[in-house]
Amino acid sequence: MNDTITAISSAPGEAGIGIVKVSGPGCKDVMKRLMVRFPEEIEPRHAYLSRVSRNAADPEAEIIDEAIFLFMEGPHSYTGEDVLEIQAHGSNTGLKNILQAVLDSEVEGVRMAEPGEFTKLAFLNGKMDLSQAEAVIDIIKAKTDLSLSIAESQSAGRLGDKIREIRETMLDVLAQMAVDIDYPDEDEDFAGDYDGTALVSQLRWVLNDIEELLDTASIGRIAREGVRVVIAGKPNAGKSSLMNALLGEGRVIVTDVPGTTRDTVEESVSIGGVPIVLVDTAGLRDTEDKVEKIGIERTAQAMASADLIILVLDGSQDLDDKDDTVLEYIEKMNNEHLLVVINKNDLGITITEEDVKEKLPGASVVSTSLVGGGVPEAVKAVADAVTEMYDIGRLNAREMNIVTNERHVRMLRNAEMNINEAITMIQNGDPMEVIELSAHYAYDSLGNIIGEEVGDEVLDRVFSKFCLGK
Amino acid sequence: MDSKNTHSYEVIVIGAGHAGCEAGLVAARMGMKTAMFCTDLESVAMMPCNPSIGGTGKGHLVREIDALGGEMGVNTDKTFIQSKMLNTSKGPAVHSLRAQADKHRYHDEMLRTIGEQERLDLICAEVSEFIVDDPDRAAIEQNSAAETGTGYKRIGRITGIRTSDGTEYSADAVVICTGTFLGGKIFIGDDVTVSGPAGLPPACALGENLRELGFPVRRFKTGTPARMLRDSLDYSKMKEQKGDDKIVPFSFLNEDKEYDIDQISCWLSYTNEETHRIILDNLEKSAMYSGNIVGVGPRYCPSIEDKVSRFRDRKRHQLFVEPEGLDTDWMYIQGMSSSLPEDVQHDFYSTIPGLEHAEIVRPAYAIEYDCVDPLSLKPGLESKILENLFCAGQFNGSSGYEEAASQGLIAGINAVRKIRGLEPLVLRRDQAYIGVLIDDLVTKGTNEPYRIMTSRAEYRLLLRQDNADRRLTQIGYDYGSVSEERYQRYLEKSRKVDEEVTRLRSRKTDIDSFRAFLLKHECDLAPEDADPELIERKRRDMAETGNQTFADILRRPAISYDDLAEIDDESRPQLGSNEKTEVEVMLKYDGYIRKQINEVEKLRNLENKKLSESLDYNSIRGLRLEARQKLSDIRPLTVGQASRISGVSPADINVLLIYLEKEMRTSSTL
Repeated sequence: MNDTITAISSAPGEAGIGIVKVSGPGCKDVMKRLMVRFPEEIEPRHAYLSRVSRNAADPEAEIIDEAIFLFMEGPHSYTGEDVLEIQAHGSNTGLKNILQAVLDSEVEGVRMAEPGEFTKLAFLNGKMDLSQAEAVIDIIKAKTDLSLSIAESQSAGRLGDKIREIRETMLDVLAQMAVDIDYPDEDEDFAGDYDGTALVSQLRWVLNDIEELLDTASIGRIAREGVRVVIAGKPNAGKSSLMNALLGEGRVIVTDVPGTTRDTVEESVSIGGVPIVLVDTAGLRDTEDKVEKIGIERTAQAMASADLIILVLDGSQDLDDKDDTVLEYIEKMNNEHLLVVINKNDLGITITEEDVKEKLPGASVVSTSLVGGGVPEAVKAVADAVTEMYDIGRLNAREMNIVTNERHVRMLRNAEMNINEAITMIQNGDPMEVIELSAHYAYDSLGNIIGEEVGDEVLDRVFSKFCLGK
Repeated sequence: MDSKNTHSYEVIVIGAGHAGCEAGLVAARMGMKTAMFCTDLESVAMMPCNPSIGGTGKGHLVREIDALGGEMGVNTDKTFIQSKMLNTSKGPAVHSLRAQADKHRYHDEMLRTIGEQERLDLICAEVSEFIVDDPDRAAIEQNSAAETGTGYKRIGRITGIRTSDGTEYSADAVVICTGTFLGGKIFIGDDVTVSGPAGLPPACALGENLRELGFPVRRFKTGTPARMLRDSLDYSKMKEQKGDDKIVPFSFLNEDKEYDIDQISCWLSYTNEETHRIILDNLEKSAMYSGNIVGVGPRYCPSIEDKVSRFRDRKRHQLFVEPEGLDTDWMYIQGMSSSLPEDVQHDFYSTIPGLEHAEIVRPAYAIEYDCVDPLSLKPGLESKILENLFCAGQFNGSSGYEEAASQGLIAGINAVRKIRGLEPLVLRRDQAYIGVLIDDLVTKGTNEPYRIMTSRAEYRLLLRQDNADRRLTQIGYDYGSVSEERYQRYLEKSRKVDEEVTRLRSRKTDIDSFRAFLLKHECDLAPEDADPELIERKRRDMAETGNQTFADILRRPAISYDDLAEIDDESRPQLGSNEKTEVEVMLKYDGYIRKQINEVEKLRNLENKKLSESLDYNSIRGLRLEARQKLSDIRPLTVGQASRISGVSPADINVLLIYLEKEMRTSSTL
């Protein structure tokens, strides 16, 4: 009835050892089918070296490899079910052969595992909490050292611990509110009327913790997905040239007709070991052309989510109103990470670095010609900018709880919003049962991050903290 | 069986306390030939503990009982001597009505109602045994051997009862609500007496019979404070607690009745360090500490020795002196229950201001009794162990008159429904506090006597006391417990409220009177301690505020529905107090209420996903062992109910959802 699932669980590529993992009730049968020398009794967590055959009827006939078979009995295994690890030589073809042999073994219910299914089983079987499971998936997906170290600390439960700590404070708040509502007769010296100031200061404390976690989210995202770089500038200033230069290949069409690149284009690339996501935007300018207007809105959105904005200016012309429009947008973004590339200096430069600094005091500026051999210079300027940001992220990541998961960010924002609401309502003198509702939603959102079940903990807290009458 | 000693009824109710009265009355009103059994006439609708009905959460229950056609609200309205709306400083969702009832009149009036009820007999005899049709011996043994909370097997069907003198009564369904009488034992210091509450005879044989039948019987305990003679107390040393000027009745049937009664006051006093010293010095003499009591007591109703020893930093604890009725000179000392010996009680009570010369007419005592693990009940309160047996009140592990009455009403309704082959009435958590109460009991079980609290309800803003009829009267009518008269009143009230809400949503007044009105209420009538700057700012804002509808104005915190009369015209209808509250709440809390309704809708999904009673949880891949056991034992009816079982994690619920989806796909491809 239960399926037995299998997959190659080591990373693709040539390596010394590769692993094929099997989970489910059919593990022992798989061993029986594949092992040329099958021991009479299998001891869990014991390494058995055997040649691997894909023909159970005549094992010697079709030997495909030699491997170590390691059997772990459920529930004391990663997934909580019986697990078999076949550790073989690490070549792709060799591992695929073993995987195929497992699938062809005719063991009942054997099938390929879906992506992340081993971890899903581990979560479903109560082997890890939700934030740990998500972290494992992040580890599996981690592209760089940095994101790996964040994922590791989250997996060890550091984020979970922090969330639990915040929830403890929230529990005190909720207990206080529950007493206020359910025991209106209580001695006012001890429970009675609620002390709004004290509640607000407790909620502020929680809010502060949540905001600190949220602040780490952008660092976390940089570590996970790379620095998000948005290239902006008026039509035909050379944005696509810069993007192509950075990508090292001509993926984006470059023309002389302004407004060709109407949609935003995203590409992932690694520059000096730093992962970045490049976003090329439609030429920014005020326009009545509807199609182009959509493109401009997208650009504005893209800039709002950028870690680094690169503004490309056509240095051969004076700054015109189109440039001014772009500059206006950029000023609105209030992003301190800004790099200005003055392009086409081969065509006679009219815009100087000083002109730019005057308009955008915080920006780094480089003057070059992208079509005239200035590419290395531009690339270096970009590399310097992203490396600096990345290093800051890396430094912080080692010391802090970092939120990397989109769902966690959403839940934290939800908690933040509800606590803010609760504070405002307390200050407005709104009724307690409505305030409590917001506080409770916040508490639930936090619990959602660690996947904790909601029980009677508020009442337990009420009875342990307050001495109540009837 | 067909001896002349056999009497035949359709419904038999064992016990005539607050649960029994509701069960008996509703069964008879729904057309059943019904008998109620009590060991002593005095025990009918008796209040063996505090002389009050309602309070936070509990007041909501009484309203709901009333909306479903029950008796508790009506009977309280006939007999109260003080009435108070609690939590008025908070929003209307947690306003809670509480009345001091006259104990004796409450009993008398209920007795009269029972006597006048057609098809209902009250029989004074001790029920000692269940008659079970062809009991399954193997299942009985299995149940007896099972650990608490696990593996309840059906042993057969109940067909009647036998009383201690051997008389048999046959019944199609039986409701058991034995309160603290079943295996009752009273503790005062070292003194242990086999007894029901207030010195009435206990019912011991039936408890033994339940054990023989393999029921998961356990012991709970509760306590009550001393009673004192009215004239022996010094009221000048205590603080008077008066009733409200404006009396709101419990029953929707009494909505527009004027109550003009002389209310009786309660009195507030405090313990002090001397009281605490005496208690702590004698702690080991308390029955609770001697180890004599095995039963579990409620955390929310601790004895005074519990309070003093657990919260040692507190310098005082409050207590209320409450009259037990008009024709009695007994006073009830709320907040001071104890199981210390009488002489110690005398010593510590007399340290309290006002109680120095108190004459104790009945000492405080603890009482221990038999009850059943509520996990052995189905959501309709039918026993999983014995078919056609319905259970209610303290027997199910709850505590409190109101909690008991709620279950009695539902158990009575469902006994009738079962006889008629109809689906049981199961209220959802978003429909009623009664739904929360019963769902908690049968889904989570309880380790202490269970008391309702508003914080147990997820949808507090929906479960208000002003709209209990909106939530439940239609349901009660459909299920047969609500009379035509009540139903018509409900329809009329709903129509009036809805019309008024619609009217207020469109009605405006001229801009000048509008601004003058706002200025008066928000600035001129602002409290003395209000921030003058804020008032000044408001004054400026006010001048710019445009013309709004009455519904918009009502959303402002300082404005009440009554205030609006000042700028209204003759189109304003005459509304009763509940109707006004409902109109006000519907408009004032519109946004919050909608937010909660959205939450309900989201979860409704889970509540609508039905789980088969015969589902084999062991065959579902991915369920954790603990969840498998719990689900197999409790057999939830919906995924929503499953999600509330302790030991079933969100992960298990995901597994269940995945399983159901797979099942659905398989069956649709067949």
